[in-house]
Amino acid sequence: MSGFRFLVNGAPAEVEAAGSRRLLDVLREDLGLTGTKEGCGEGECGACSVLLDGQVVDACLVPICQVEGRIVRTVEGLSLAARERGGLDALQEAFLDTGGAQCGICTPGMLMAARAYLDGGGTSDDGSIREAIAGNLCRCTGYTKIIEAIALVAGPAA
Amino acid sequence: MPTRTVTPDVEIGAATALVVAPGEVTTGRARGLPLRREGPAKLTGAAKYADDLVFPGAWYGATIRSTEARARLVAIEPDPMLDWSKVVLVTAADIPGENVVSGIQDDQPVLVPIGGEIRHHAEPLALIAAPDKATLRRMKAAVRVVTEPLAPVLDPEASDHVFAHYDISTGDLQAGFAEAHIVLEGEYRVGHQEQLYIEGQAMIAVPGEAGELAVHGSLQCPYYVHRGLMRSLGLTAKQARVVQAETGGAFGGKEEYPTVIGIHAALLAAKAGRPVRMIYDRHEDISATTKRHPAIVRHRTGVTRDGRLVAQDIEVIMDGGAYCTLTPVVLSRGALHAGGPYRCPNVRIRARATRTNTPPNGAFRGFGAPQTEFAAETQMNRLAEQLGMSPAEIRARNVYAIGDTTPTGQVLQESVAGEEVLRLAVEGSGFERIRDETALERGTRLGSGALPAGPLLTGQDRVAYGVGLALAWHGAGFTGSGEVHLASVASIELTSDARIRVLIASTEMGQGTKTIFPMLVSAELGVPIDAVEVAPQDTAEVPDSGPTVASRTAMVVGGLCIEAARRLKATVAEGSGGRAFAEAYREVAAARGPIRIDQHFEPSPNVTFDDETYRGDAYPAFGWAAAVASVEVDLDTAEVTVREVLAVDDVGKVIHPILCEGQVEGGTLQAVGYATIEEIKLRDGRYLNDRLATYLIPTALDAPSIRTVLVEAPFSGAPHGAKGVGELPMDVGAPAVVAAIADAVGVWITDLPASPERILAAMAGTAPSPAPWPKEDPDAGRRAAA
Repeated sequence: MSGFRFLVNGAPAEVEAAGSRRLLDVLREDLGLTGTKEGCGEGECGACSVLLDGQVVDACLVPICQVEGRIVRTVEGLSLAARERGGLDALQEAFLDTGGAQCGICTPGMLMAARAYLDGGGTSDDGSIREAIAGNLCRCTGYTKIIEAIALVAGPAA
Repeated sequence: MPTRTVTPDVEIGAATALVVAPGEVTTGRARGLPLRREGPAKLTGAAKYADDLVFPGAWYGATIRSTEARARLVAIEPDPMLDWSKVVLVTAADIPGENVVSGIQDDQPVLVPIGGEIRHHAEPLALIAAPDKATLRRMKAAVRVVTEPLAPVLDPEASDHVFAHYDISTGDLQAGFAEAHIVLEGEYRVGHQEQLYIEGQAMIAVPGEAGELAVHGSLQCPYYVHRGLMRSLGLTAKQARVVQAETGGAFGGKEEYPTVIGIHAALLAAKAGRPVRMIYDRHEDISATTKRHPAIVRHRTGVTRDGRLVAQDIEVIMDGGAYCTLTPVVLSRGALHAGGPYRCPNVRIRARATRTNTPPNGAFRGFGAPQTEFAAETQMNRLAEQLGMSPAEIRARNVYAIGDTTPTGQVLQESVAGEEVLRLAVEGSGFERIRDETALERGTRLGSGALPAGPLLTGQDRVAYGVGLALAWHGAGFTGSGEVHLASVASIELTSDARIRVLIASTEMGQGTKTIFPMLVSAELGVPIDAVEVAPQDTAEVPDSGPTVASRTAMVVGGLCIEAARRLKATVAEGSGGRAFAEAYREVAAARGPIRIDQHFEPSPNVTFDDETYRGDAYPAFGWAAAVASVEVDLDTAEVTVREVLAVDDVGKVIHPILCEGQVEGGTLQAVGYATIEEIKLRDGRYLNDRLATYLIPTALDAPSIRTVLVEAPFSGAPHGAKGVGELPMDVGAPAVVAAIADAVGVWITDLPASPERILAAMAGTAPSPAPWPKEDPDAGRRAAA
């Protein structure tokens, strides 16, 4: 066991854990951030997608020792700014408007993948959006309304 | 015809600030429709799914399973060198009530008893719980299972244990075939399909102080689990309590299996005297829980030169797996839909489901119909080809119209929209025009459509394009007299502090239950939607409104809620001298105290079905669906890309267009997966690809562009006219894709999925595709044990 320090959603976190402990378990069990979901535990479904220094990673594949000194962003952090105004951020609003969330279990991971895409200057181009969320499985929506939601928030296609 | 088409961009009122949950206001565009009620919680990570729930002091539970397809259980031996006082071990001997998983037949044990027969490789034999996961893993590995292997039965056609069989027949088959100009035979095979909800199965049992037990979990049917707990734990209705957590997808996969896990968790919790969490990982979930039934469907069809169906002889064999579960009902729906949505005077449908030593199969969206309608539609497309007739034309000549009679003798009196959805799909997609183009392209490319033996093709000819059509019907609600047996109750309560609460056991699992019920009730009462609450799906609070299955929730339970709302409105009107509900209900509630209306299901007097003879009204009404799929087939690799699907679905009444489209889009993609990539491979009764790395479902890159057109042919037996939507799109997607593949490369794939291997083999005219299950292997059990 050793101590690991990192930033989660803008706040400093410090956990005592074995270095091999999954970031997913640290988030859910040690820090109580259960918004990040486990779908398969082997990096196939993307339900546990979080941002690590702005890059999408599967939190089930990242040992906590690799998170030392880095910046983690989860679904709980998405609407921090918006929540002060009592609402959702633009991406979450778009998902709500278009029906992009059904059962909701893939939604946190999907939002994080979409956020990384948008932060990287992603446009409303259908193919690019599909590429960006190809690592995130959804069994409810057929992806149609998820893509519509991301396109609503993205800038126009080049 | 009183049919209305709802186009996707319909304008419904101005967008205003909508209240999505009491006290929580969100401004939404959402085409002016109410926003998903639990949406904000799901979008912020605040929604609590089973594994997110915290119960202090909870232990972790696990299942010790068979590793053999069939064997006798001789002994369960914990390693005597270890200290077992720090964990809890449960065997069949610890079950206080009946050792059966409550279902249609009582054949499935909660745990196999010593001396009992193990019937599939993932069968639960014992349970273990420990304070932490590391101890759980270590101690679980120290439980030795002693068995005597038995020879498994793996071929459903060879099995002599029949779970159910049905014979439906009408007219004179022989005379029908005598009249036919063309007789076509076909054999179709479909394998297992995994529901693959992204949230795995999860149940947590919490023991109370006085022998009561609460189970919280991911589930579709709270009262199924409730009944299972009462029987196996020996609890009274009050002692057993089932609470649905937020549920991350189900699609039928959480209809019955949660009963097994709920009982398991409860047994461990009762013995440990503390909460126990049973959270399946993906591997355990795929390897142990129910799948769509594999099926073999054989058709012999007679048709006249002008494309009129005159005889259908159909045999259906479904593989039930090791236990009965819901198999008789799945088979029944499969049999009743086996002829497709077409009038035919002479029909024989013989269907049976048998037992094999594979994990039990169960409910999955469509419930038997996708299997038999894939066969029926592919047969229809092949008939069209033989006749040199367009697939659209042969359907137009045979599709049911009002006044037609089905093989069970049901006269279709109303709400028949087969012609309408067919026309909209054909016209909306430009089906005939694209078909002409693909035919031209096919002709210039390859001549016969066979794979060239020469060098790789280059340029445009690398890819073949095709378009395919399918049409289906789907019986609305429970089969036959199912709804009568269910005797559902839905309630509406006006509390003394003037809250309006909908009390139903119908669960939200993504389809929109929590949004449409307030819509229906508020519209009836004339109050804003945010004035109507939905009570939690907790058996301690809500009556049994029946299982959330069979696309029955909007239609049947929605209907009950509307009727209850009408009665509540009348009661308030009486107590207020006839004032409008919205003006008067607060005063009436304060003056009179709480009012609760319990609405019981009452069967329509004109709908009767005889379960013994299989004659009568199989369903009160049918939904109708058509799909046109466009595909590209890579001529070197035979990889299929489904480019576009136009889905046209008649749902009776669209309650919420966005949610309704969402159902069609999601169901369509599941059908595309069924058609192209989803396949369980078995060896000796064990699933080989029981991980997400090996069982593939479509990603966003695999998904076609899906365009939805909703049609409303209302059903008079429901106050709002709704017939349900969930399962409809599942019936048409696969045959449309397979027809498109045939249009592209000129071969019919009769075994799903239409994998590159099967397509290449068919194009080369070589070995037929392998059966989804291996031939009988008497040594399998012995080898597995070795």
